Amino acid sequence: MRVLITGLGTLWGSHLAQQLEERDDVEIVVGLDTSDPRVPLQRTEFVRADTSYSLLHRIVEATQIDTILHTHLVIDSTTESRRQMHESNVIGTLNLLAAAGAPGSTVRRVVVKSSTMIYGATHRDPMFFREDMHRCGPARTPVERSLLEVESFVSDFATDNPDIDVTLLRFANVFGDDLDTPLIRCLRLPLVPYVFGFDPRVQFVHQTDVVGALLYAVTHSIPGVYNVAGAGSQPWSEVCAVVGKDRWPIPPVFTGIAIDALRPLGIRIPPETIDLLRFGRVVDTTAITRSGYHCRFTSPEAVEAFAQNERLRRALGGDEPEYRYERDVEQFFRQSSAVVRPD
Amino acid sequence: METDPPPGEHPWPGVIESSTDRLREALLPMRRRAQELDRPDAQPPALDLAELVDDAEASAEERAARRSDVDDWGRSERVRSVARALYDPVYRHWFRTEWDGLEHIPRTGGALLVANHAGAIPSDAPVIMHGIERELERPVYGLAENLFRSVPVVGTLWNRAGGVPAHPDNAYRLLHDDQALALVFPEGEKATGKLYADRYQLRRFGRGGFVEIAMRAGVPIIPIAVMGGEEAMPMVWKSPRIARALKLPYFPVVANQFLFGPILGYLAPLPAKFRLRVLPPITFDVEPDQPRYSRALVMEKSEAIRQQIQSALYDMLRHRRSPWFG
Repeated sequence: MRVLITGLGTLWGSHLAQQLEERDDVEIVVGLDTSDPRVPLQRTEFVRADTSYSLLHRIVEATQIDTILHTHLVIDSTTESRRQMHESNVIGTLNLLAAAGAPGSTVRRVVVKSSTMIYGATHRDPMFFREDMHRCGPARTPVERSLLEVESFVSDFATDNPDIDVTLLRFANVFGDDLDTPLIRCLRLPLVPYVFGFDPRVQFVHQTDVVGALLYAVTHSIPGVYNVAGAGSQPWSEVCAVVGKDRWPIPPVFTGIAIDALRPLGIRIPPETIDLLRFGRVVDTTAITRSGYHCRFTSPEAVEAFAQNERLRRALGGDEPEYRYERDVEQFFRQSSAVVRPD
Repeated sequence: METDPPPGEHPWPGVIESSTDRLREALLPMRRRAQELDRPDAQPPALDLAELVDDAEASAEERAARRSDVDDWGRSERVRSVARALYDPVYRHWFRTEWDGLEHIPRTGGALLVANHAGAIPSDAPVIMHGIERELERPVYGLAENLFRSVPVVGTLWNRAGGVPAHPDNAYRLLHDDQALALVFPEGEKATGKLYADRYQLRRFGRGGFVEIAMRAGVPIIPIAVMGGEEAMPMVWKSPRIARALKLPYFPVVANQFLFGPILGYLAPLPAKFRLRVLPPITFDVEPDQPRYSRALVMEKSEAIRQQIQSALYDMLRHRRSPWFG
């Protein structure tokens, strides 16, 4: 297998590269991103590329890639500007799929990491979203629109290239040790926000299962769209209780204005998250289970694991030391004949 | 393609201890076992019961303790029992509810309860849900207009008390996957939004979606005729203009308001006598889990059920001497 990973600088790209490196059937791993990998890597080739992947077809051609793992979709709208997000999500995916579907392409498998955010959260929602269901309200925010666009590209690509396995995984909100999502930021505030009068059912997936499911999709032929989430759901109030935090209410009307008023304090909650805190979202995971991947963490277990990790963080007083990518050192480890490599 | 390399040492042990490492460790025994199985000469590993029990205990300990009893449908038995305690006096002394034919409701397995709907703010849903939970000790999920869900506090309480948005997939899941009792009012808001002058005249039963769901889920439909709902909150007038402005399906003026005041009038039903008659279950002679069912058959069954409830109601009204004393 010759694998190309987008978003090597994200937690997902890095961890997947790390796991793929260990496999004998993986010949090469090429990783693309604008930022450095987050974990030490042994034989992954890191290419610093712009987010829209305009030179991708050359890389695919030159390295004879057969599997593309697209982990770099921005779903947290507070981290990047609207334009940047459009570039990396929509244009990035376009270029990626164009490279994969070019005539004479060696690509045989494409795995895309998406989000259950695509279903939105409205009062008309079913209690469980299945993969074939559509969102019940219009996509109001740029990030939701870009995700919809990306998914339509991916499904078009799958139709046009029947000989390529295209797998799209929609992940629920992720809980993990070194992760920064709007919901995790909410839970790390001294008082956790909730929309007054609402206590929605929320569902999570543990980061182990995100990596696990993506890896499973890379190594198995399971074309199609799958929801990936831990089994079960909990009300938001219970999640806060498990994490051990008190809550403060946001008014249910003029919520946007109230949230904007918090911005000077450094609290930024994107509108998608507000919708989630109002109506929640739970997905059906029968399809992924039937495909053979079983999540190791149920949703309440993922919450519990997060709570334990938060307690550890508080006890240690801050973050764990982070890995820093040093290009020269990494090159040395990868290529120097002085490094003894276990066979 | 599926060949895992033997688990090696981490290139920089101790530098990063992330959950992926933990996953790798956790998977070690499984991998070893898989490798053992791969060898053709290998004996199948002996099943170590003690080890299995240990594993089960460890995972049970790891398993997250839940802090609330809210189920996947948002229903909380605790909230439900508080609601039952509060509602029981209303059910027994205010409405003096009486059931007829409760034996038609199955003790196990899924069933779709279908009833007529009445009253500007209908009392029939809580009466049926409370009654069945009290008499049969089986939870009932009430499928209703998802209008509630966007109302703060009310929507959440409604959900905790067993209310589920009326979506075909929700109904199918409750009936088929969970084998639960689900209650549905096929007339919908057309029934609750009718004036007192039209009392006990059943409205159209939607497009028969409820029949299709029951067919697909392979469960019986149990019709319930409810008498008393109309008198509990009679609507004397409604304002389409205010309803439009407030984005409500209808804006009622009810008789209760003349007695209890403009606000309390919406909350306090009149002490009408409630009588409920459960009709024999209706089963369908069709294959479950079909993507589509014959429109004609669905509409025919739907209309037949409507007729059945309607004539049961007429029969009950014929025997009723007073709306207040039964």
